[in-house]
Amino acid sequence: MSQSLLSIRGLTKAYPGVVANDDVSFEIGKGEVHALLGENGAGKSTLVKMIYGLVKPDAGEMVLDGRSYVPAEPSMARQLGVAMVFQHFSLFDALNVAENIALGMENPPRPRDLAGRIREVSELYGLPLDPFRTVGDLSAGERQRVEIVRCLLQDPKLLIMDEPTSVLTPQEVEILFRTLMKLRDEGTAILYISHKLEEIRALCDGATILRLGKKVGTCVPKETTARAMAEMMVGSELHTPSREAKAPGAVRLALKGLSVKSPGEFGTSLKGISLEVRAGEVLGLAGVAGNGQDELLGALSGEILSAPAMVEFDGTPVGGMGPMARRRLGLLTGPEERLGHAAAPDMSLTENALLTGAERRGLMSNGFLKWGKARSFAEEVIARFDVRTPGPEVAARALSGGNLQKFVIGREVMQNPQVLVVNQPTWGVDAAAAATIRQAILDLAAGGTAVIVISQDLDELMEISDRFAALNEGRLSDIRPAQGLTVDEIGLMMGGSHGMEVAHV
Amino acid sequence: MDLSAINPVLLVASLMVAATPILLAAIGELVVEKAGVLNLGVEGMMITGAICGFAVAVETGSPLMGFVGAAAGGAGLSLLFVALTQYALANQVASGLSLTLFGLGLSALIGQRYVGERPPPAQRLDLPVLSDLPVVGRILFSHDLMVYVGLALVVAVWAMLKFTRAGLILRAVGENHEAAHALGYKVRRIRILAILFGGACAGMGGAYISLLRVPQWVDGMTAGTGWIALALVVFASWKPGRVLLGAYLFGGVTVLQLNLQAAGLAIPVEYLSMSPYLITILVLVIMSSHRSGAPASLGRTFHASQ
Repeated sequence: MSQSLLSIRGLTKAYPGVVANDDVSFEIGKGEVHALLGENGAGKSTLVKMIYGLVKPDAGEMVLDGRSYVPAEPSMARQLGVAMVFQHFSLFDALNVAENIALGMENPPRPRDLAGRIREVSELYGLPLDPFRTVGDLSAGERQRVEIVRCLLQDPKLLIMDEPTSVLTPQEVEILFRTLMKLRDEGTAILYISHKLEEIRALCDGATILRLGKKVGTCVPKETTARAMAEMMVGSELHTPSREAKAPGAVRLALKGLSVKSPGEFGTSLKGISLEVRAGEVLGLAGVAGNGQDELLGALSGEILSAPAMVEFDGTPVGGMGPMARRRLGLLTGPEERLGHAAAPDMSLTENALLTGAERRGLMSNGFLKWGKARSFAEEVIARFDVRTPGPEVAARALSGGNLQKFVIGREVMQNPQVLVVNQPTWGVDAAAAATIRQAILDLAAGGTAVIVISQDLDELMEISDRFAALNEGRLSDIRPAQGLTVDEIGLMMGGSHGMEVAHV
Repeated sequence: MDLSAINPVLLVASLMVAATPILLAAIGELVVEKAGVLNLGVEGMMITGAICGFAVAVETGSPLMGFVGAAAGGAGLSLLFVALTQYALANQVASGLSLTLFGLGLSALIGQRYVGERPPPAQRLDLPVLSDLPVVGRILFSHDLMVYVGLALVVAVWAMLKFTRAGLILRAVGENHEAAHALGYKVRRIRILAILFGGACAGMGGAYISLLRVPQWVDGMTAGTGWIALALVVFASWKPGRVLLGAYLFGGVTVLQLNLQAAGLAIPVEYLSMSPYLITILVLVIMSSHRSGAPASLGRTFHASQ
């Protein structure tokens, strides 16, 4: 740990209109697990892309192992021992595991030998993988194993991990951590990016904190509280969502043995889901990505139709109704994918506000649009949810992820929903914005709306849910009161470790 | 009607000839689409190849040089598609359609001087013993060289996609161009090479029509072959073996219906003429009904963020 492996001095990268990294310097020692912290847009991704050779810095220098390090492209970085596990998996669904791994290697061995080595390495580190399975059929945890094994096969000196745990169950996270610890003990340095501060406290030896592209501090995570780190990232005091306890009201939405087939080729079909949500209640649904969340949201929004009696709204069967009819009744939904599903990327915010709000906000009469009202509705959302944009005429695509997320959630919240279903409401959103969104959801529930929050962020669900359940391969676990649930219990509800095991050595 | 006039050996031999232009164009387009690019300009590149090949063959007196010229012409026209879709990031469907229209016009312009000319005859393969074998010799060993080139290309493309690293990278680019870029592969360069290959193949397919099948130059003589090649790639689920099967099926029905017409079958000629299109597509649709297998990035514009 004493010896420096990679030292970064004054790295700067500017894009038109924004400086992604401004004079960033830090060091990673051999066998050190170093965390990179920061809000969305703080410049973490740009920084690791520079280290991995995907982006060329404007200024500054890097030294790897005592030698000047100027990676022209990723293959050069890989040759010099830098490997990376990406935030959005860099995998190819239609190819098999071995082919995916071969694509990430400089000099892959012959296919037959490669399959053997994959088995060997994956079992050594407790990450079992079948080299000949198609990646599109794998679970999120298994897909990540593919990425990690791909890196391990190259004996990296530095392993970069960009938000690796956001798609794992707690058990899988624990196994991943043991794998990482083992790597560290073998002398591999790890640069670790995550929003989950408790994880960083458990795993990392040092941390560098970025805000708006600048390094604002360092800390030793084990000796710092999560709250203190969050406040260093945000640069101000953090607001924790609060709520008043209230007795739940009548059942607003009930699912009775909801079973639908997934429309997608690699999707998960829903199998006999039954649940009830009452007025004023927040039901949290956890689950690793790809276990039926998208399909459940689709079945509730009306994009996927089911037998009418499977979905009941205030006792009326609505399973056969389309999205517009359900909106009219007050059943509103916010899907996970902001660009392309929740919002039309090339349309303005006003137009996007119209698309879901026309019905309930009266933005339409006799088939004609009321542009004035639509615009003021969009402006209301922007003002209340602190959406940072020059104005409602800007295209949805032009907003950053977090800002657009605030807009699409705010748009639903401000339509006075009777039942609101949201999927991943704060995905990829920074701490301050996430707090705003969560508070809005809680306020809505306090006002008597029944809310279902589907999320992969367990801390978020624990913070806002009254009752809690998990989706696993299209089935719903038992629904239990959220208070007093332990992480282990939640993990088991989510399906345990999906066959992962602890490293064998 | 006199069915005895139809000679099965000649029928098989001539279906291989009839299928070759489609086969060449389709195998090129398969590579292009495997790389994630949808080039609807196949018809335009074929007709451009047809006239370029014809002109070069007439001027040089060598059919072989004609095919080289045709490949260059098809690839040259596809450069326009490269400029539009890979650099200007224009929509691939619109660019491909305009490429077809442009190719038809350009070929008519170049072809003005060549109407009525005859190209130099191409030599057939004539192996001493093999070509004289009964039945087999006529079917397998006495075609012109391009029939074998087409078959060899299908095998080469199949092997390249299945067994080589280059093929793996090509498929990866077509499957998920963002991931391929993140791993450091040159998405644009790989796609450009694929498009040029597709253009060259389409050009040779076109020249096969103008130099060997017809052989003379007529405006718009490819008559929709490029579109059939495009459909073939889709309905063959992007598999080289099925492209071959589809092309031979199409060629076979074409030849058969011509024979039936000649034999005086009591069905209106129009029905017979449409039968190759109908039967080929029907068979391939049924074969590909369970899973499409389309490259996931097909037709999507890739823009690398710096």
